[in-house]
Amino acid sequence: MSEQHIKLPEGSIEKTTTTLNLGPTHPATHGVMQNILELDGERIVSTEQTIGYIHRAFEKIAERRPLYQITTLTDRLNYCSSPINNMGWHLTCEKLLGVKTPKRVDYLRVIIMELSRISDHLICNSIVGVDAGAYTGFLYVMQYRELIYEIYEEVCGARLTTNMGRIGGFERNFNDIAFQKIEKFLAEYPKVLKEFENLFQRNRIFMDRTKNTGAISAERALNYGFTGPNLRAAGVDYDVRIQSPYSSYEDFQFNVPVGTTGDNYDRWLVRGKEMWESLSIIEQAYQKVQDFKGTEADVFHADVPEYYLPEKADVYTKMEALIYHFKIVMGETEIPAGEVYQSVEGGNGELGFYLISDGGRTPYRLHFRRPCFIYYQAFEELTKGAMLSDAIMTMSSLNLIAGEMDA
Amino acid sequence: MTLTNEHIINRLSEKFPEQLSGFEEPYGMLTFQAPKELNLKVLNFLYDDEELKFRFMTDLCGVHYPERKGEELAVVYHLHNLEDNVRIRFKVFTDINQPDVYTATGLFSAANWMERETYDFYGVNFVGHPKLKRILNVDEMDYFPMRKEFPLEDQSRIDKDDEMFGRG
Repeated sequence: MSEQHIKLPEGSIEKTTTTLNLGPTHPATHGVMQNILELDGERIVSTEQTIGYIHRAFEKIAERRPLYQITTLTDRLNYCSSPINNMGWHLTCEKLLGVKTPKRVDYLRVIIMELSRISDHLICNSIVGVDAGAYTGFLYVMQYRELIYEIYEEVCGARLTTNMGRIGGFERNFNDIAFQKIEKFLAEYPKVLKEFENLFQRNRIFMDRTKNTGAISAERALNYGFTGPNLRAAGVDYDVRIQSPYSSYEDFQFNVPVGTTGDNYDRWLVRGKEMWESLSIIEQAYQKVQDFKGTEADVFHADVPEYYLPEKADVYTKMEALIYHFKIVMGETEIPAGEVYQSVEGGNGELGFYLISDGGRTPYRLHFRRPCFIYYQAFEELTKGAMLSDAIMTMSSLNLIAGEMDA
Repeated sequence: MTLTNEHIINRLSEKFPEQLSGFEEPYGMLTFQAPKELNLKVLNFLYDDEELKFRFMTDLCGVHYPERKGEELAVVYHLHNLEDNVRIRFKVFTDINQPDVYTATGLFSAANWMERETYDFYGVNFVGHPKLKRILNVDEMDYFPMRKEFPLEDQSRIDKDDEMFGRG
């Protein structure tokens, strides 16, 4: 091959930038979102994002659905961790309605939410590996994602879009098989996570791909409204579970990993460490659940017959149960008028629900504060001047989930 | 000393005497409204003041109240003081025939797409926004779908019988 580099005199060639469409269907975009990149050779000059390919008008639909039917809409926000969305919605309804859940329900919710956080971070971290070219990690941990989905299946019947739980608790108690699967997960997963980390964490190629790419400072991240692992990687330790604890998170002991530079490597590390912390929370929660004995171990929902459907056997035999069942299904229950904002720590950050109720059967206005939507705006700033391959890594390490972005 | 809602009300009332209204605390979050011309002044005050420090924009969304003539469209800002863990909700109302509101993108970069979404859904024109165009819906759409006058489903469909679906 010739070693000569052609040196042309200045101004002899007109240099133009190339427009590249990192289009909605592309192996590297996880979900449907479009990036129109302006490239100068390999360097990115500017980007423009187009989203809305999976906009399903959830906020409009929610204005015509009673509260318990909106849970299915929330599943489909961040579909990699749908139980967290479900629980967030139930917490919002419970805040509006003034329902207090018993401790056992809170601990069971914590187990499920942390399992889904592990599932979400596992998907993100392994996909970052796939985008860097390493498929093995992704396929290796798939078995444990399967186990998590099997746990969801035992609890609510569905694997991905779970529609899990009800206002006040769960639809059924966790059965023995669910607890066995949780124990199996707690026993086997740490070794797998360690092996997964060993594949990437100190891998020369992975570190070269992810270090110093897609970095953002803490001030810019806060100004862009970043939350969750992306913000923590930039150095700000804001975690909704610690700042405004919900569902008895204050009863648990856990750390919040924080990065320094906010680059892709820090984001990968923060998610990895959060998986260890989630594992520790699940162990603590599982122990606490096992400590409930006798009739306390049968509690799986709050005692709110106005909002929680009674047992079918009671509906057919008892008058009050029949009336409550009728009122809930036909939408005659009293929903207080008011406006409430409740947020939970989703897989990507602060997932907020702003619910305005006018006392009617359906919400007057429901707005989802979606973390993916908010931090994707920063993509241009993160990738200005970077190489195209860095843009791919940044896009996957931000954990952009189209369902949450568009709602 | 801790930042209580009462203290925030006092600070706001002394800075903007007689101009703010609607002070209430639903479920513990202080909520108030201001005339739409003052929205940037209030946001800047909440940001810059050394005691208030509301430097994180959690959310920006719109609401349509068709019964409130002359101020049908609301823009709701949720702000958060991360250090003291205090949240606040601030609303401005604007007329649906002339829905101009000053953009907050100069102060919070997060407001960029959130204002585009509010424009897309409600038609609120954010004055000074760098690129106010539709974000989630198709660009060719010529109406603002979240407004209350637009029904959830397309009424011009003849292949579906609403009676059969429980909504006639």
